[in-house]
Amino acid sequence: MIGPAIDRRALLGGFAGFTAATLPRTTRAAPLPLVEVAPGLFVHVGPHQDFTPANRGGIANLALIVGGEAVAVVDAGGSPAQARDFLEAIAARTDRPVRHAILTHHHPDHVMGAAVFRAIGARIWGHARLEAALLDRFTTYRAAMERLLGAAIAGAEPVPVEESVAVETPRRIDLGGRVLELRAWPTAHTDCDLTVLDAATGTLVAGDLLFLERIPVIDGSLLGWLRVMDELARIPARFVVPGHGPANAVWPEALAPQRRYLEDLAAAVRRAIARGRSLSALLAEPPPAGDWLLSSDNHPRNITAAYKELEWE
Amino acid sequence: MGMSPLPFARRRLLAATGGFLAVSLVRPARAQSQWDVLRELLFENRPVHDGTGLIELEAPTRAHDAALVEVAVKALVPQTPERYIRAIHLLIDRNPAPRAAVFKLTPATGSASITTRIRVNEYTPVRAVAETDDGALFMVERFVKASGGCSAPASKDKEAAYARLGKMKLLAPERFRAGEPNELRLLISHPQYSGMQIDQLTRNWIPADHLETIRITWNGEPLVEVETDISLSEDPLLGFHLQPEGPGELRVEAADIKGRRFVQSWQLGLGS
Repeated sequence: MIGPAIDRRALLGGFAGFTAATLPRTTRAAPLPLVEVAPGLFVHVGPHQDFTPANRGGIANLALIVGGEAVAVVDAGGSPAQARDFLEAIAARTDRPVRHAILTHHHPDHVMGAAVFRAIGARIWGHARLEAALLDRFTTYRAAMERLLGAAIAGAEPVPVEESVAVETPRRIDLGGRVLELRAWPTAHTDCDLTVLDAATGTLVAGDLLFLERIPVIDGSLLGWLRVMDELARIPARFVVPGHGPANAVWPEALAPQRRYLEDLAAAVRRAIARGRSLSALLAEPPPAGDWLLSSDNHPRNITAAYKELEWE
Repeated sequence: MGMSPLPFARRRLLAATGGFLAVSLVRPARAQSQWDVLRELLFENRPVHDGTGLIELEAPTRAHDAALVEVAVKALVPQTPERYIRAIHLLIDRNPAPRAAVFKLTPATGSASITTRIRVNEYTPVRAVAETDDGALFMVERFVKASGGCSAPASKDKEAAYARLGKMKLLAPERFRAGEPNELRLLISHPQYSGMQIDQLTRNWIPADHLETIRITWNGEPLVEVETDISLSEDPLLGFHLQPEGPGELRVEAADIKGRRFVQSWQLGLGS
């Protein structure tokens, strides 16, 4: 596991680079560490933390895919400050332009840096429902992030989703001899989940449709997520980059812990409903969360979401 | 007088004190809490006694989902024709519509205990005020930490929400028994739009659309009647009791502010 961002800054202190001129300059920090998990596919591993000024909202995994002519990023980071560091790290790896910023869903740790990529001319890609989801929640998210992160969030704006992907219609991005396939999914983790398949390396960038180590969060549909996982498992990839967890893992085996968690949760909640146990009774004596990190708040939330969904079965 | 009309209680108080308190009443003193205002509006000058020993309020100290906070009012005395709780007022001081619901209860319930789910818009006291058959008021309260519950996006899109509109589900105990209170849990599918939520597709405010009354009868006799507002969560839950003499028909009639009526009945036999 990676230590807190402050340690990385101390380690890499003094590394200077450019800051996107159009955006306000906040905390100086070294570029983000990137791991090359496959040729030309780099991942920044987000720490398993809540939002803090030190991590500047940067708790999700971010990916960089380098093609013959252009590069794409998958997710934009949790703040403009983190996104600028991401850009710096990209510039240290390639001189090809960032033409595409692909957003896997609307959660702030993935999208709050998007305006930085838009400012340098990247096209914004997302699920057909992403823009509405972003607009719906942006004000609330930004207010919360201002409180939790402070200056790092300055410059965060909702971005128009210029290239949208519909559920039944995958789309492709050609980076120059390297084609990415983007697929939008029915409601699962959220109502606007998107995955990116890098066929060249057999790597699926799954966004938050896959959590490892950090507890999955249900903000869409528990049953929908389980159904989507069945379909995801058929994607012919060899490796996966999860939205939270290590830089990569073996596909589709990596789905197993999350599937177990969600199936156990569904079973426990169904049992409770069948026995006439109320939601509050279940929350007072919840089923175990297992070894998942950050479960103290998120597990009860998941139980609530599951109960609300399953009591109508 | 050029003054906005004062609630009756204030006017009476003014008259009684010969105007001595007029200044602090017309411009409410800082010490006057939200609850003081609410109490005056709802109960005028009726005394509100400590409800400890009569009812208990179960609510989480900190809610995991501000749009879905399950709360229960437990009655500590049985409902009898001689002495019973005729209403429970569920109040949320800091919600835009603080009077979340009034549950009118008859002796046929056997127990005045109720359960429901509320939206909590900001950190607030939540209160249950029991009104006994003689009109006396008894209150208990809990402080709940949660925020944003009234404006939280709906969990389903409008099409999905309206497709299931008015559908009801009744959860009855496996052993439904005569002569004792049985807990029944009723779910009514309704988006309960609060008027504070935004439509994801059109970017417009979604007009308020929520249940207003729920009337429950047992063999044609009133059992429970609920008057409610935007503070009940999406797909409202109502847990209540029934003490039957024998088998019969439970009928629910719910109405929303758009004038829709939803009716469903269940035949309840007695378990062995």
